[in-house]
Amino acid sequence: MKPFTYERASSPAEAAAAVMRHPGAKFIAGGTNLLDLMKLQIEAPTHLVDVNGLALDKVEATPEGGLRIGALVRNTALAADERVRRDYGVLSRALLAGASAQLRNKATTAGNLLQRTRCPYFYDTDQACNKRQPGSGCSALGGHTRQHAVLGASQACIATHPSDMAVAMRVLDATVETVKPDGARRVIPIADFHRLPGDTPQIETALQPGELITSVSLPKPTGGTHIYRKVRDRASYAFALVSVAAVVQRDGSGRVALGGVAHKPWRDEAADAALPQGAKAAAARLLAGARTTEDNAFKLPLVERTLAAVLAQARSAA
Amino acid sequence: MTESLPSSAGSVPTARVTLEVNGKAHTLDLDTRTTLLDTLREHLHLTGTKKGCDHGQCGACTVLLDGERINACLTLAVMHEGAKVTTIEGLGTPHSLHPMQAAFVKHDGYQCGYCTPGQICSAVGALDEMRRGIPSHVSADLNTRPLLSPDELRERMSGNLCRCGAYSNIVEAIAEVAGGAA
Repeated sequence: MKPFTYERASSPAEAAAAVMRHPGAKFIAGGTNLLDLMKLQIEAPTHLVDVNGLALDKVEATPEGGLRIGALVRNTALAADERVRRDYGVLSRALLAGASAQLRNKATTAGNLLQRTRCPYFYDTDQACNKRQPGSGCSALGGHTRQHAVLGASQACIATHPSDMAVAMRVLDATVETVKPDGARRVIPIADFHRLPGDTPQIETALQPGELITSVSLPKPTGGTHIYRKVRDRASYAFALVSVAAVVQRDGSGRVALGGVAHKPWRDEAADAALPQGAKAAAARLLAGARTTEDNAFKLPLVERTLAAVLAQARSAA
Repeated sequence: MTESLPSSAGSVPTARVTLEVNGKAHTLDLDTRTTLLDTLREHLHLTGTKKGCDHGQCGACTVLLDGERINACLTLAVMHEGAKVTTIEGLGTPHSLHPMQAAFVKHDGYQCGYCTPGQICSAVGALDEMRRGIPSHVSADLNTRPLLSPDELRERMSGNLCRCGAYSNIVEAIAEVAGGAA
């Protein structure tokens, strides 16, 4: 790791201002992804602002009948929250499908959204990577691309977003609340939070410099059967090749989002509308415009089959 | 606001932190980069906690932080002012083993032993999580107490790798302790 100075912030706005004040500064919360990357010098902050002491670790009911999840609520605590288990099961399931218990005990809600890709070319500092070093190229293009994106990728980057939780947040229409260095607050719909890579894959979210996530809110529960199905190379503790988050109602209507296929959780309202017609119709819409390589072409039939399994599970649960 | 001392020529930033490790308070001035794992091993000479991958993938560094299992390699000591850390040295002693340690011995839950301190701390944390009703990926129902089953134990221990492949005996050791505590 490169040397860095360290401070504990006393309020969210002060934390945001502190990161703005120090060029090269970063927030640290759980640290499970940031410290991994700092050891590899993929991240090399010169100053860390520790936000763990900020009182952002509660899950609270909102006046609208939903839940406000503090940015610092740990993945284990969120998955185990009684209200989340009862009303937003897809979120509990997605969290429990991710990482290991040790990591979930540390990793936070906001940090989970902000985790970086596990593209092996991003991690290998001997390889070209536009995300790690803008303008250096993309060694994944023409490389081993079994894990890579089939939707929304660009010539600059074909990485996927690794989060399971974010896929569930997308299907639940969550919103991300932030505070900026000047103290101003804003609300970002989860659909607009993560970006596609385009020509600037190093810019992964809608956050501005110094902007701090304070909470993530869920709208009022919609009922239905909640399912998160993750397909991976091992039964546990591995990133998704493909995942499906779904909330399906008794009449067959519902919503669906995909993980493991793009630089962000993938959802398409036309696919939601096609869900009552079955997996083939919904998958066709979700995968419209997909571009594959020889290595990752398997993801297209895998999406359809995983979606079929999810819909069958929903029917048997209804 | 707490700040580390600024870097002067030829030195690196340091910060002071007080940790309670296995019931004993330690105040340390540390390079801010020092992980909790390196603090335990290199500064407090508690070498029971092992460094395997140093990237959170193997679980050899698992300790209990304020009662919860974490990877000590992926957190900084300075982030834990006032925290209580329990390492394998704090669970039991050679003359008075923790029940989980005794069960690992009885069931031969190791071969080379390198992953064992992490496995045991992780297992103690896992059973506490089950007692608190925290569900897992393999729990059939999110809204009932998780059942004690080999599938549950395997899933809950997936963050601890054993290159010798002692997994089946590890599961038997944990199941015995869990059964006794139930």
